[in-house]
Amino acid sequence: MKRGLVFYAVAAYLFLHVPLLILAVFSFNSSRFTMWQGFSLAWYREAFADRDLLESAANSLIIAIAATALATIVGTLAAYGLWKHSSGAASRAIAGSLYLSLVTPEIVTGISLLALFQWVFRFLNLRLGMHTVILAHVAFSVAYVVTVVMARLRTFDPALEEAALDLGASHYGAFFRVTLPYLAPGVAAAAMLAFTVSIDDYVITSLVAGVDSQTLPMAIYSLARKGVSPVLNAVSTLVVAGLGTVVLVSERLRAR
Amino acid sequence: MDAILELRNVSKQFPTHRAVDRVSLAIPRGAFFSLLGPSGCGKTTTLRMVAGFETPTEGEVWLSGQRIDHLPPYQRNVNTVFQSYALFPHLTVRGNVEFGLRRKSVNDIEAKVREVLNQVSLTGKESRKPTELSGGERQRVALARSLVLAPDVLLLDEPLSALDPQLRKHVRAELKDLQRRIGVTFLFVTHDQEEALSLSDGIAVMRNGAVEQTGTPQDLYQRPATKFVATFLGAMNWIGDLGIRPESVHIAARAPSGTPSRSAHVTGIVYLGAYVHVEARLESGESITAQVAPGDHTFFPGDAVQIWWSPADELRFPA
Amino acid sequence: MTAPVRRVFLTPAILLMITTFAVPMIIVGVYSFMSRGAYGGVTPPFTLENYTRLFDPLYGVILLRSFWIAGISTALCVLLGFPLALFIAQSGSRKNLYLSLVILPFWTSFLIRTYAWMFLLRDTGLINTILQSLHLIGAPLPMLYNDGAVILGLVYGYLPFMVLPLFATLERLDPSLLEAAADLGARPLETLWRVTIPLAAPGVRAGAILTFVPCLGTYLTSDLLGGSKTILVGNLVQNQFTTSRDWPFGAAASLVLMAVAILLMFAARRKGEDLL
Repeated sequence: MKRGLVFYAVAAYLFLHVPLLILAVFSFNSSRFTMWQGFSLAWYREAFADRDLLESAANSLIIAIAATALATIVGTLAAYGLWKHSSGAASRAIAGSLYLSLVTPEIVTGISLLALFQWVFRFLNLRLGMHTVILAHVAFSVAYVVTVVMARLRTFDPALEEAALDLGASHYGAFFRVTLPYLAPGVAAAAMLAFTVSIDDYVITSLVAGVDSQTLPMAIYSLARKGVSPVLNAVSTLVVAGLGTVVLVSERLRAR
Repeated sequence: MDAILELRNVSKQFPTHRAVDRVSLAIPRGAFFSLLGPSGCGKTTTLRMVAGFETPTEGEVWLSGQRIDHLPPYQRNVNTVFQSYALFPHLTVRGNVEFGLRRKSVNDIEAKVREVLNQVSLTGKESRKPTELSGGERQRVALARSLVLAPDVLLLDEPLSALDPQLRKHVRAELKDLQRRIGVTFLFVTHDQEEALSLSDGIAVMRNGAVEQTGTPQDLYQRPATKFVATFLGAMNWIGDLGIRPESVHIAARAPSGTPSRSAHVTGIVYLGAYVHVEARLESGESITAQVAPGDHTFFPGDAVQIWWSPADELRFPA
Repeated sequence: MTAPVRRVFLTPAILLMITTFAVPMIIVGVYSFMSRGAYGGVTPPFTLENYTRLFDPLYGVILLRSFWIAGISTALCVLLGFPLALFIAQSGSRKNLYLSLVILPFWTSFLIRTYAWMFLLRDTGLINTILQSLHLIGAPLPMLYNDGAVILGLVYGYLPFMVLPLFATLERLDPSLLEAAADLGARPLETLWRVTIPLAAPGVRAGAILTFVPCLGTYLTSDLLGGSKTILVGNLVQNQFTTSRDWPFGAAASLVLMAVAILLMFAARRKGEDLL
């Protein structure tokens, strides 16, 4: 049975990875058809020459960095608060709603946020834009941050904090000087995860973005809607390579 | 001797160390046999080779006249009581006990389960889940689960170490009684010499992967073959190469006339309830402990005393 | 931890959850009972019409189809994910490596991974091109723009979501239980069936919820891989809030989706199991 399992695992891993590898391979294809005709970087050059694409990418980065920073802070604090006091109505409500936000289909999150913004905008003189996207991204990434940081917290020995208190530190002092340093790899991993989730989001972003804040996924989507294009292959390969690196680093940190 | 289980020159070499080194044992049918030694001595690895979870790198394992060392665990007629009992949490007591009986007919299973649960005094608890049982009860389920399959040898891996001390003595007696009643050969692994001495018909003392000595409890205690065996079983005083057990050491203010003795002075008293250990230092410098009945002593630290013993009680080991 | 200190740590999250989760849901809930405004948006009167319309044959079909596709995709994820999770859990020292290999594709752009299947499955895509050049088929096989493509895309997208909780449960399995089963006479396949799988049930439950609900509300996969033939609830909702501008109806559909998610969450919860 062991050998059958190995066989199966190989097939499964191929299934998971080959489609993306094929995209990557064909992004270097000099022909725009699905026949290999030679190596070329033409599509990459075309991608980098496209202003709209570059602007979308820049928007995505700005949004991702801002949302990641906020989500990481809020999520880490929340994870710590939940870990210290896991019973009690407030904690259970937060844990429950965080889980729900993880499990809620993106489309529902998206339209609910859209409804919120449009309703709020009746009273404030605002429109949809980068700020609404950032807030939306913070909303759905916090749950991921909490999950990752919580996992790290579970390996933390509470006696260390008690020792800090015993030696004269305040609760905050204990957190910042003892717990947080220990959590650092987990927090970093969580931040990276939040980053990738933000960069990739299409559904929610498209609903709350407004006209002048197009993100990279939105650009990719409209290209994909038009059909397959080799420029899209190139862009895809770049994005996957970039995000893949971030994920690898994040996993290394988590495993520490 | 009718040996039901034989290990012939069995060794187990791991990449990092040699866990078992040319162990040969012949265990008689119906015996309560123990593998005794400190942690890391290879006793559990030896047991696992009999069970089938490890394969010997050298040597052979024979069960009831058949060679079994190349067979997987599910094809050997031995069963194991694991240290953690390894009861299936998703099954009831009944489910656990009948697990290995799947191939027999339905009526047979019912009857066998009832019988074995009766033997271990667990009747009435069939529908409980393992989490609802006490430590002692869980151990009995593990026993029942294995015994119901009528193995040639029952392997027990330190089954008493998970119980608290009070319970342990009680369960020890029950275990001995059970083995005598059912008559199955037990191969018992432990690091507790008191357990081994009180339960076994035969003991193999192991150290660093090898067997130092095999014999009855009396053999090993009274005629240890090596210094290690002598020290491991019971307490021991050492004066150079000469060993003498505390219970053989006589201590008094004056020795009986005509008996050669040594001078010493008392350094400490340890009260142990049933007896007292009087610690003393000989004139020649060595420490010695004498065991006396509580009523027999009026010693205080600093007292000058005489120490003597019978030469017959001396144990000497070459350097 | 004292109460005031705890409040400081939890307050940001509480505020965030209230503003971005609770309040929007309430708004959507209220909208679902209102009527469509003249230029989009909502107006009174309050009505139940949106919900009744949802269970109309026309839209009811969409709901059923969504359940059907989500169900098959989840079942496939369980079947395909279990052996993989088992392999990783039993792989000893290389566990982290194999786990990373599963996580890696998962976190790198769902959108692009869906696009990759467009590239492979379309009439002039890679698979058809290879099959045609090998003369195994004459005309291209229509593999894209149907339910099958959507299911394939969903399984591809959410398989890691199933493998991770399954792996977590299998990893915690006490190896001495498997030894005990072998000791009692069970061959490897039997041990798998009678011990490993029953004890992995909590992991299956967790993974199934994490997979079924997103599949139920999928938008991208059905949009890109299903074409105009495959409209699922997710597409319906998106449609109502953009082109059709029938917010109350879209809100009702969303609430039904949420209701299913919450129901499943409670149904599968057992005492003592952590949510996060």
